[in-house]
Amino acid sequence: MSDPIQFTCPLPLAVGDRIVLGHGSGGRLSVELLRDVFLPFFHSPILNRLDDQAVFEFRGARLAFTTDSFVVKPLFFRGGDIGSLAVHGTVNDLAMGGATPLYLSAGFILEEGLEIETLRRVAESMGRAADDIPVEIVTGDTKVVEKGSGDGLFINTTGIGLVPEGVRLSPTLVRPGDLVLLSGPIGDHGIAILAEREGLQFSTDLVSDCAPLHGLVAAMLAVSLDIRAMRDPTRGGLSSALNEIASRAQVGITIEESAIPVREEVRGACEMLGLDPLYVANEGKLVAFVAPHAAESVLAAMRRHPLGHDAVLIGTVTDTHPELVLLRTPFGTTRIVDMLPGDQLPRIC
Amino acid sequence: MRFATVRFGGVTRQACLDFVPEAQCGDYVIVHVGFAISRVDAEEAQRTYRLLEEMEALEEEPGALEAELGKDGA
Amino acid sequence: MKYLDEYRDPALARRLVAEIRRSATQPWVLMEICGGQTHTLVKYGIEELLGSRIELVHGPGCPVCVTPLEILDKAIAIASIPRVIFVSYGDMLRVPGSHSDLFRVKAAGGDVRIAYSPMDALRLARENPQRPVVFFAVGFETTAPANSTAVWQAKREGLLNFSMLVSHVLVPPAIRLLLEQSANRVQGFIAPGHVCTVMGYEEYEELAARYKVPFVVGGFEPLDLLEAILLLVRQLEEGRAQVENQYVRSVSRGGNEAARRRMVEVFEVVDRNWRGIGPIAQSGYRLRPDYAAFDAEKVFGVETISAPEPPECISALVLQGLKKPVDCPVFGSRCTPATPMGAPMVSSEGACAIYYQYRRHTAPAGAIT
Repeated sequence: MSDPIQFTCPLPLAVGDRIVLGHGSGGRLSVELLRDVFLPFFHSPILNRLDDQAVFEFRGARLAFTTDSFVVKPLFFRGGDIGSLAVHGTVNDLAMGGATPLYLSAGFILEEGLEIETLRRVAESMGRAADDIPVEIVTGDTKVVEKGSGDGLFINTTGIGLVPEGVRLSPTLVRPGDLVLLSGPIGDHGIAILAEREGLQFSTDLVSDCAPLHGLVAAMLAVSLDIRAMRDPTRGGLSSALNEIASRAQVGITIEESAIPVREEVRGACEMLGLDPLYVANEGKLVAFVAPHAAESVLAAMRRHPLGHDAVLIGTVTDTHPELVLLRTPFGTTRIVDMLPGDQLPRIC
Repeated sequence: MRFATVRFGGVTRQACLDFVPEAQCGDYVIVHVGFAISRVDAEEAQRTYRLLEEMEALEEEPGALEAELGKDGA
Repeated sequence: MKYLDEYRDPALARRLVAEIRRSATQPWVLMEICGGQTHTLVKYGIEELLGSRIELVHGPGCPVCVTPLEILDKAIAIASIPRVIFVSYGDMLRVPGSHSDLFRVKAAGGDVRIAYSPMDALRLARENPQRPVVFFAVGFETTAPANSTAVWQAKREGLLNFSMLVSHVLVPPAIRLLLEQSANRVQGFIAPGHVCTVMGYEEYEELAARYKVPFVVGGFEPLDLLEAILLLVRQLEEGRAQVENQYVRSVSRGGNEAARRRMVEVFEVVDRNWRGIGPIAQSGYRLRPDYAAFDAEKVFGVETISAPEPPECISALVLQGLKKPVDCPVFGSRCTPATPMGAPMVSSEGACAIYYQYRRHTAPAGAIT
């Protein structure tokens, strides 16, 4: 790699030649990995859209197709487990394209030595999550890797869904003037998981918000088809979701800090650790970009649904600062909400 | 070493009280990397508000003290 | 949340801002030294609110940024040893050493873990008696009570697999160095609130008297910093050069004696290299000889690792407040949080990272490609 530095600042490290944890964080490194390593070889205009799901026409129907892998630790947490997460996560990716889930596949990578009882609990949870939606898990696969090669259990789910006639959701439809709606408080899942990790040792009653969003999406689409795009802010948090849309749609987004709901427990944990809730993962929330005339009715529909009863308007789409997400503080000043390069790190100072 | 349960908003954690031996249940402390380094002096905490009163600013009273500091044994 | 929300009240902030603007009859250059304070100032856009007469310059307040290069190299060397559990505060993991960083060591198979508290490292040492556990004890005086307690407790328990790589830095010597520079433009200082919670503020009285510069000990919330700025402006307008305490709810003149007693038992003052600045006399801590068995430098034989600092680097000028991040020719282009060139961009509290994350939309055109 050429040395760009005539400029003798300490340590320009070449962008690394190894995968680091940050590559999986949903932030900038993840995006770059896609662009630099995969897209050059996977030749597909559908893939190049980099939506949460691939939507394509097949014999007159519009199908949505998506895949996601789940590597959460701990496997069981308050409000869910890797199994329910694997079902909800993929159903949600389909839902963000407006699709009703049809079928799922489930692939398992098991570490030698994993207790079968653990796997049984996960399977039971997956089955229950699938039945509740309902969606069928119709095919799957199991592989075992040697002890030490995995975190016990990884799950991949792939989903296929049907996009109803007339429904078209895509970041490219987002335009200046559109309003940004958020379905509820942010940061629950990420903080609930952190609380169960042994390193940080704090306790909370907080529960992951892990939930399937297809019902909420359907309720929203039932009142208006003038919803441009939706995203579920999973890894990388609300910040990543907004930045992805801003980038794909080539628009600016401005959000109001005081409008964004954050639970007391999430605030406390974030204050303690020096984290920003905007970057903390959610597994049962969505952000929707809506035509201005439809926002009020869509918001009302969200609030009527159990998963959206705290829904709020948080911002607008503008043309004044394309690709930048700006946040207005309660002081009236603005700051950038940027994509983090990798995972957010707890701060000491 | 003395530890206590400290609440930050909605989450609780253990913190070491070795440097704030006078802290009692109900007190607020400044915690840094798991150690309490000072006890918040409630009277002094009003100072910002008094300053602003001088500027004919403040009308409302700040919220009453609420949370707990529960002590575990030494 | 109590004692946080009140100090973020926008209405009160507006009043303080109005009072500051009313009080400043001429331009003043102020500096804050603590990374947490920098974070608040930039995150809330406080400089924007204050108008053109108050210029805020960000000092070397990020312990991560000023950790000397050779300490990073020592950390990386230790963390790369098989079976070592290397425990660190989160922000240190991305800081580049001469050839690598701790994240890369982790990627290559090193057992590198993040801790919120040094007591977590102690616990790991108890749980893994067969493995060496090393804690990367970085920070200003604020973290020293915690860090010293970890090793003090390890000694009491005879936890011989525990050791610490110590790289503490002290604030007053750095301020003295800044004030000695002929190029110094800073006229007033916001002293770091949590450092002073531990150390008190007596040390700043000599600096104020000798250099005729006012200091106000400030907290971390927007209202704290605004009040501290107001007190500084009033001092400057009135020609005073005293040490005042804004952060009275946490700071007293004598600081926390219990904390300092523990620190003194464990640490001694030593000369330190500050990354991007160079050596500053009597500006750091190291473990005392009777803690040698817990000194990771000795335990792992890395004392001789050294790394010369490049002589000219704008990081130095940024850390000393002589340049702003946006003045740097590579800020936002070649040097970004994802591809950091210097420490102030790596640490989430470094001035450059904060500017990049929050404020680059206000940079002059052409500063970012």
